[in-house]
Amino acid sequence: MSAELFRTCPESGLQFHKPAERLMKAHAVASIVFLLIGGVGALLVTLTRWPAVHLLPADRFYQLLTMHGVDMLIFWLITFEIAVLYFCSSTLLKCRLATPKIAWLGFALMMIGMVVNNLAVMNGDASVMMTSYVPMPANPNFYLGLILFAVGALIGCFVFLGTLVIAKEEKTYEGSIPLVTFGALTACIIAVFTIASGAIILIPTYLWSIGYINHIDPAMYRLIWWALGHSSQQINVAAHVAVWYAIAAIVFGARPLSEKVSRTAFFLYIAFLQLASAHHLLVDPGLSSEWKIFNTSYAMYLAVLASMVHGLTVPGSIEVAQRAKGLTNGLFEWLRKAPWSNPIFSGMFISLVGFGFIGGISGVIMGTEQINIIIHNTIYVPGHFHATVVIGTTLAFMSLTYFLIPTLFRKQVMFPGLVKWQPYLFGFGMAVFTLAMMGAGTLGVERRHWDMAFTDSMLGFDYPASAYTFMGIVGISGTAAVIGGAIFVLVTVLSVFFGKPVDSESAWGFTTSRVLRAEPIVVPEGGHAAAGKWGFAAPGTFLLAIFFLVIFVIYYVINWKYLASVWPIS
Amino acid sequence: MSAIQPPAEIVWWKQPLDRVEGTWIAIALTWSLIMFFMMPFWHIYGKQNLSNEAYRTTPQAFLAKTQAMVDEYTVRTETAANLPVVRPPPGSDVYLVGRLWQWWPLLEFEKGQTYRLHISSMDWQHGFSLQPVNINTQILPGYEMVLTVTPDTSGEQTIICNEFCGIGHHTMLGKIYVTEGGQ
Repeated sequence: MSAELFRTCPESGLQFHKPAERLMKAHAVASIVFLLIGGVGALLVTLTRWPAVHLLPADRFYQLLTMHGVDMLIFWLITFEIAVLYFCSSTLLKCRLATPKIAWLGFALMMIGMVVNNLAVMNGDASVMMTSYVPMPANPNFYLGLILFAVGALIGCFVFLGTLVIAKEEKTYEGSIPLVTFGALTACIIAVFTIASGAIILIPTYLWSIGYINHIDPAMYRLIWWALGHSSQQINVAAHVAVWYAIAAIVFGARPLSEKVSRTAFFLYIAFLQLASAHHLLVDPGLSSEWKIFNTSYAMYLAVLASMVHGLTVPGSIEVAQRAKGLTNGLFEWLRKAPWSNPIFSGMFISLVGFGFIGGISGVIMGTEQINIIIHNTIYVPGHFHATVVIGTTLAFMSLTYFLIPTLFRKQVMFPGLVKWQPYLFGFGMAVFTLAMMGAGTLGVERRHWDMAFTDSMLGFDYPASAYTFMGIVGISGTAAVIGGAIFVLVTVLSVFFGKPVDSESAWGFTTSRVLRAEPIVVPEGGHAAAGKWGFAAPGTFLLAIFFLVIFVIYYVINWKYLASVWPIS
Repeated sequence: MSAIQPPAEIVWWKQPLDRVEGTWIAIALTWSLIMFFMMPFWHIYGKQNLSNEAYRTTPQAFLAKTQAMVDEYTVRTETAANLPVVRPPPGSDVYLVGRLWQWWPLLEFEKGQTYRLHISSMDWQHGFSLQPVNINTQILPGYEMVLTVTPDTSGEQTIICNEFCGIGHHTMLGKIYVTEGGQ
């Protein structure tokens, strides 16, 4: 292994394997292009669902909604995640990346798949939504593109696993892999499961679309498709939780409260999140209540428990790190004096709070067998997953990107004054957007629907005026969030291609911590708890967690009350 | 050692829990258990539960049963397309077809009576969304779902399709009229 294959970032101390570095750059740049394409779709879809604007005609709306869903949920997130996997293995373990040439083959397949799928959608005969439920047919290239992309992503997963093997073999680290790498490994294992499920259902569907198979059972399709469709969101969850821990370490030098708890919580994701995919089928015919309850309670609540644990331990580790630096006054000095103008931190913290309070609570409510009756396929559902995938995952990835521009790309972040505000505009825009969608969904407004006024229908139906108000708020806040997203894409692309080279940490545009050079947090006399209160190491975080629980319980009870007002069904 | 470095202690699994973590895990686990017990509880004491009753069927067989009901119990027609409005006897089996792009036929129920509502799709997947009461289920071709419903409010309810089913999806509506009892 020759030394010039590695480069050490002088500011952060991170060590990059050059072939891995080139791959990370390629994946990161490609993913941001996909984010841009999906973002154009987001704007047009939002402006159509805003009743006062109602921009696109129906066929264009369904076409762009399909494009927006696939480009964002599959292509943007998974491509960025492959970059995260390479970072968490090669860079964090200071190890050469396994088989870079095969990794490039994976990258090429992902790009070809993305193009093939998008061309099929652009062609106009694949407006079947991301879910492509049979027996509604799509242009065969729609499925083919997804299959090619999935094969490419699977190659990326195995390159990651191979790198872990090399690191262990060549002893590039001592003891266990870092927690963040463990989180990435969780994401990788879930990704392999997800892609396998995708292959099991999409390959027959492709064969059906070109005429080799004459029937795909729609109930079976839904069962297996959701093992792809929901599990792929679990890749995002595992990846963005790993990113939260990474940013807590990068900005604060924080160490996990306890490795045992955080790693067990990741393990719960592997063991249970996939079964929880069943919550998409809660109002499907042909499945028993016992099956639904098993998968959405035993299975899902243990995964929810894991998220509630991460929701405490990530800010808890920040609180402990801040208290160790002397910010011990009251319950919240550590939080008040956090670097709120540093987008790496502010984006990560908004991601954490938005994911937990909006995405997490609404997800559990929807996943309750009976309550799903009042929510299934209403616009409440996209309200929920925009909180998890956009505020949670996308914003966490944006924050990480602001760290990667100087360290990986060695470029200064341009327009730091604007970037400071970007996480707030994007995060709060999306928060209002998701809450308004949930409000409209509670009033029965449908998702994936071009015209809530039903003007072309013989029969007609009027939603209450408040539903129109909510959808108007969706339009306005969605547009604000799109502007926030556009700032991110613009700043990233301009910085990477035209930015000034980095020569010192002060040229990063905003302060970050010393990352690997950070002095270990000194544990005060009597353990962490001595710097806290009530024997708790992180009393402020604990209080926030209790606040979260109170809101959770109240909202849960409200939804049961709402359900009880519906016609009796049995 | 931070979260992006290997743990400082080689045997990290013996590191004791912080009190804040242990307490929170206990609280969160308790809450998860409460949420679990709520679902079986509602099956016993709640009034809104899906029946699990479903059968395999074919579009032809299901349409034939629906047609027989329409022939027997149609009370009037509505709109320029003469859509039948069917008033089946309370307690009977009622059939509702979802197809591109209508819910057929229109139904008339009596408040406080119970009906066995069978729903299936003739073509693609559809979503049965009854508004404004807000009951939503998934409808698949080849599967006949049975909902035992007891309307407890009178007036007009609209069935909206809430699963995307092609270019006419947003025009796919149906009606359930609920009349006061004793008429």
